[in-house]
Amino acid sequence: MKKVEDFIVLNHKWLNYKTFIIELEATEKLQDIHPGNFAEIAITNSPKVFLRRPFSVYDVNPAGNTISFFVKVIGEGTRLLGETKKGDTLNLIYPLGNSFTVPVSGHVLVVAGGSGVAPFILYGKEIKKHPVKATFLFGARTADEIVLTDQFRALGEVLVSTEDGSLGEKGLVTRHSALSKDQLPYDFIVTCGPDAMMKAIAKIAKEKGIACEVSMENTMACGFGACLCCITPTTRGNLCVCTDGPVFNVNELKW
Amino acid sequence: MVNLEVKIHNLTWKNPVSTASGTFGYGEEFAEFMDVNRLGAIFTKGITLENREGNPYPRMAETASGMLNSVGLQNKGIDHYINTIYPGIRHYDTHIIPNVNGSTIEDYITVASKINAVEGIHAIELNISCPNVKAGGMAFGINPKTAAEATKAVRDVYKGTLIVKLSPNVTSIADMAKIVVDAGADAISLVNTFLGIAINSETRKPILGTITGGLSGPAIKPIALRMVWDVYKAVKVPIIGMGGIMNATDAIEFLLAGSSAIQIGTANYIDPAISIKILEGIEEYMIRQDIKSVTELTGAMKIS
Repeated sequence: MKKVEDFIVLNHKWLNYKTFIIELEATEKLQDIHPGNFAEIAITNSPKVFLRRPFSVYDVNPAGNTISFFVKVIGEGTRLLGETKKGDTLNLIYPLGNSFTVPVSGHVLVVAGGSGVAPFILYGKEIKKHPVKATFLFGARTADEIVLTDQFRALGEVLVSTEDGSLGEKGLVTRHSALSKDQLPYDFIVTCGPDAMMKAIAKIAKEKGIACEVSMENTMACGFGACLCCITPTTRGNLCVCTDGPVFNVNELKW
Repeated sequence: MVNLEVKIHNLTWKNPVSTASGTFGYGEEFAEFMDVNRLGAIFTKGITLENREGNPYPRMAETASGMLNSVGLQNKGIDHYINTIYPGIRHYDTHIIPNVNGSTIEDYITVASKINAVEGIHAIELNISCPNVKAGGMAFGINPKTAAEATKAVRDVYKGTLIVKLSPNVTSIADMAKIVVDAGADAISLVNTFLGIAINSETRKPILGTITGGLSGPAIKPIALRMVWDVYKAVKVPIIGMGGIMNATDAIEFLLAGSSAIQIGTANYIDPAISIKILEGIEEYMIRQDIKSVTELTGAMKIS
């Protein structure tokens, strides 16, 4: 059930100069959260940040009653979130949105670009409960931006591309050799990252006849289907990324 | 016990707190967060005659203490509203007030006539800020002649309480209020959003897909309050005030400026339970100030 609730900041773990994981402790019992769900976090100490900011849930720890978010500093809201201190209170609306399909067998390819890795630790943990083989393919401009590979190695095979060739294969993640074979070994592809990357992955998936889900990012005012600002054109008309998504089957999108 | 009841024309609301059209969906979207039955009224999402997909993305730009939107009345049309949406929300113990839109006078008449035949709906809010396709897209509500025409045409076919929502993008909002009251409005709601633009200086592109959009949020509150006051002095019908109300203090200011009731808009996005908190805040204020009936606050700004 969706709730508006205060959380207490426990810690920030900085992964590089602009990316951190923030862990928050719930003040009530943590709601059930599925991979792909997101939360709207209120950032209250700046007149420039009027609306809440949506973040994909990175991880949950039901035993510790904590939730964490993967945050890349891109503007005033994310900067202020990085400046919160242990013990500060943050108000969340959560859990929001739908979630990824969790297959119970076969081989899943996860493709993430930049901060698109955010939902996939939780997803990786969920699919690992089943006899599913997981391959994680990550792309970024440079090696500094490839983070959390150790955490993902515990959940499956990890492949990397960087545009400057500083780590893994050189070039765009969509051109990685794992995607360039005539026959791909995957039964299901999930992806999150820049639109251009997701569109390219969706095209490959369609060509190869592999089911594919994407998690979309969009500018939102509310996050729960009231404002109709975060629409995306689909075969069912304009749908809200916040309530009909953020996860969409690519066949549904007008890409 | 304080008395929170207000009268909007011949309609009694249990309290003056309602939610603005387009910011509260059809009420159901908020049912997990609050008890919508406690509201005085719900102004539901704008309806048009036909299904509308709305404007292209991006539809929203955050601005200093506010936001611009260009949603463009995305909705599935009046028949869907009457046959599918209304039956699912009519059980709410509050007034459901549809917000009526049109691209032509004929559209307005058709939508209003269809609602007139629905049992249980006792009021409509006429949005005259819509672009008039026959006048090159100029909004009905910024021209006195077309504002009067739209109001009169709907008045002729709609028998319930007719609330006309004014556009603030006019030279004299008091004159527009007089014009729509003369044309048959039973009450006035104001203000709709202010036209604005947001630009990304790096890309040199407008942020909204439609270039211009409607500004809402606390950034507009002082102007909205002034407009409510202007209208209060100009007409005798009840006023439903709105524009950047974020808390009970803001709501009380709108009552003091001349509103009989208020609508909460953009604040619903930030705290989906804010309307109930505002209702409780008004009640606490009345107890503290020893005010028996909330109607005593309407236009009670002390000037001298």
